[in-house]
Amino acid sequence: MNIPLPDFAPAATELFLLAAACAVLLIDLFVRDERRWITQVLTQLVLAGCAMILLATATSGTAYTFSVMFIDDPLADALKLMIVLAVSVLLVYSRRYLEDRGMYRGEFFTLTLFSVLGMMVMVSANHFITLYLGLELLSLSLYAMIALQRDSAVATEAAMKYFILGALASGMLLYGMSMVYGATGTLQVGDIAAMIARGEGNRTVLVFGLVFIVAGLGFKLGVVPFHMWVPDVYHGAPTAVTLLISSAPKLAAFAFFMRILGEALGGLVADWRSMLVVMAVLSLVLGNVAAIAQTNLKRMLAYSSISHMGFLLLGFLAGNAFGFAAAMFYVAAYVLMNLGTFGMILMLARAGFEADRLDDYRGLARRAPWQAFIMLLLMFSMAGLPPMVGFYAKLTVLAAVVDIGLVWLAVFAVMMSLVGAFYYLRIVKLMYFDEPVDTTPLSATADARVLMSVNGLAVLALGLMPQPLMAWCLLAIQRSL
Amino acid sequence: MNFPSIVFFVLATVLVLSALRVITARNPVHAALFLVLAFASAAGLWLLLHAEFLAITLILVYVGAVMVLFLFVIMMLDINVDRLREGFWNILPIALPVAVLLLGIMGATLMGPYFGLEMRPPPPEVAEGYSNTRAIGMVLYTEYLYPFELAAVILLVAIIAAIALTLRARKNTRSIDPAVQVAATREGRVRLVSMPSEKKGVSAPAPEPEPPQQAPQQPK
Repeated sequence: MNIPLPDFAPAATELFLLAAACAVLLIDLFVRDERRWITQVLTQLVLAGCAMILLATATSGTAYTFSVMFIDDPLADALKLMIVLAVSVLLVYSRRYLEDRGMYRGEFFTLTLFSVLGMMVMVSANHFITLYLGLELLSLSLYAMIALQRDSAVATEAAMKYFILGALASGMLLYGMSMVYGATGTLQVGDIAAMIARGEGNRTVLVFGLVFIVAGLGFKLGVVPFHMWVPDVYHGAPTAVTLLISSAPKLAAFAFFMRILGEALGGLVADWRSMLVVMAVLSLVLGNVAAIAQTNLKRMLAYSSISHMGFLLLGFLAGNAFGFAAAMFYVAAYVLMNLGTFGMILMLARAGFEADRLDDYRGLARRAPWQAFIMLLLMFSMAGLPPMVGFYAKLTVLAAVVDIGLVWLAVFAVMMSLVGAFYYLRIVKLMYFDEPVDTTPLSATADARVLMSVNGLAVLALGLMPQPLMAWCLLAIQRSL
Repeated sequence: MNFPSIVFFVLATVLVLSALRVITARNPVHAALFLVLAFASAAGLWLLLHAEFLAITLILVYVGAVMVLFLFVIMMLDINVDRLREGFWNILPIALPVAVLLLGIMGATLMGPYFGLEMRPPPPEVAEGYSNTRAIGMVLYTEYLYPFELAAVILLVAIIAAIALTLRARKNTRSIDPAVQVAATREGRVRLVSMPSEKKGVSAPAPEPEPPQQAPQQPK
């Protein structure tokens, strides 16, 4: 029997990342505790290598490999590049925090690399099995990273909750996928789309499966009514891990939505649109209203992430290329703002002090004027005030919703983001108009400070000049659909 | 009703009932044993579909290995079942109607003309000498190479996670490190100190106390 060798070139990034992650895993065994920075530098080099391979092999065409289970298209390239960039930035922010808490260990970095691999597999999946396996690879790494702080009861509880609810969501997703398989007889994204376009496959069974798939995706993205885990996990996990959970995986989740709903089940847009409308409306209400009542910044940002994911769904439910591009722009902007905000919590934290209560931000403008200004930019952007990137992201999403004739939904979303502006601006008020209660100077490393400035200014710059990023998103979506 | 249908319904009834008992049994050991029964009936269902290899794998791997480990763990850990069930009766009035409603909706959707034995033709008869195992082996490492390798990476992550979460060096134990013992040298343990010799029978003046930093090391 003659077995043809698969074409490895389209998956070059993943293969490099897998080999390099295994190498880092082995090298780390020979690194002594006081030289742990070697592992971090190696991890950053691996991520840089991934970015270089991505840039070198980026094409405008679409390539398939591994029996059409793997797809390499402009959308995948763009999302992978953003994921690598986000993880690389968050590793710089996290260093001091991890050192202070005895978590600066090799496992943190190897698990991070494997979670990046999982995200890349999800982004490039063209088959329901590979989508699911990528998701599990990502989730499993994240569960373990939350629990790395073994002696913290809160972190263990968060890991347990995330693990059990994640397993439940995976079960729902698999059940829905099996229904789609029962109706169409295939798990290939392109084949399913073709069968639905031809009107083959039992529609009732397809929609029945779709309900479970949307529920499973809702769990993973953390939107109402599948949001219960979000506040507890964001609050309980060590802030460095919270930053990882809340940033790059959102990009992978967007890809997951694109591949399953946008591409495979795109023919059922009328059916999933109504489900997403309900989820988006509930997320906007609950996320924004519950965030007002929080006194813990991490919990507040968790509820804020629920409302942001509601906005992401708004762009997505438009179901056309512009809507998908708006959603992609939104998720990229959200990840950028989120990196900055959680990065700021990491910068203010020190040994034995988490800096995650709102009161810890009183009078920050007097203690650290520049950092307070960056935080002000980030909060304005999260609230969606012009000229920040958050404003433009919300604007394009709303334009996509108005385009398909759901004006009431756009008006509702604007009202809800007005409610949301309250709790973002409250932080600005605390920083600038209250007396400081804590006068300890910041102890952040120089590279984290510089990167934080770049991050904050990028939020402003992208808000002033959103066109290049938006054009990139639109191009990636148009060439991949 | 032909013979395969009767077998199907018997196995399916046993499967559903034993799955229910897994979550209702008070004793965790009983629950694990009911799970074994559920796996065994599922394996029977797969045999009906001519999936012999999967059926045998289910028995060998899940019943033979995974569930035995499970039972070990359950017997090692003293789980207080009553504490786990706290709050069960409080949420039942809400949970039960929701569950029944969902079950009804799902049943009404699926019981229609879409599923059922007459909608699913029996698997085609296979030729003499056809091997299910061979057929799976032919595609597992070729067509499904990519998912197969991904599953391997997931197992690697599981190993890393399990070691990272459970391996801890305890400081207060009297465990010995063979590497340190082997590396010990004579100079590290014994120190020769030259002292002035003393005359017998003459009470010598008390020797000057040595400075503290030169005190002979106590053997560890």
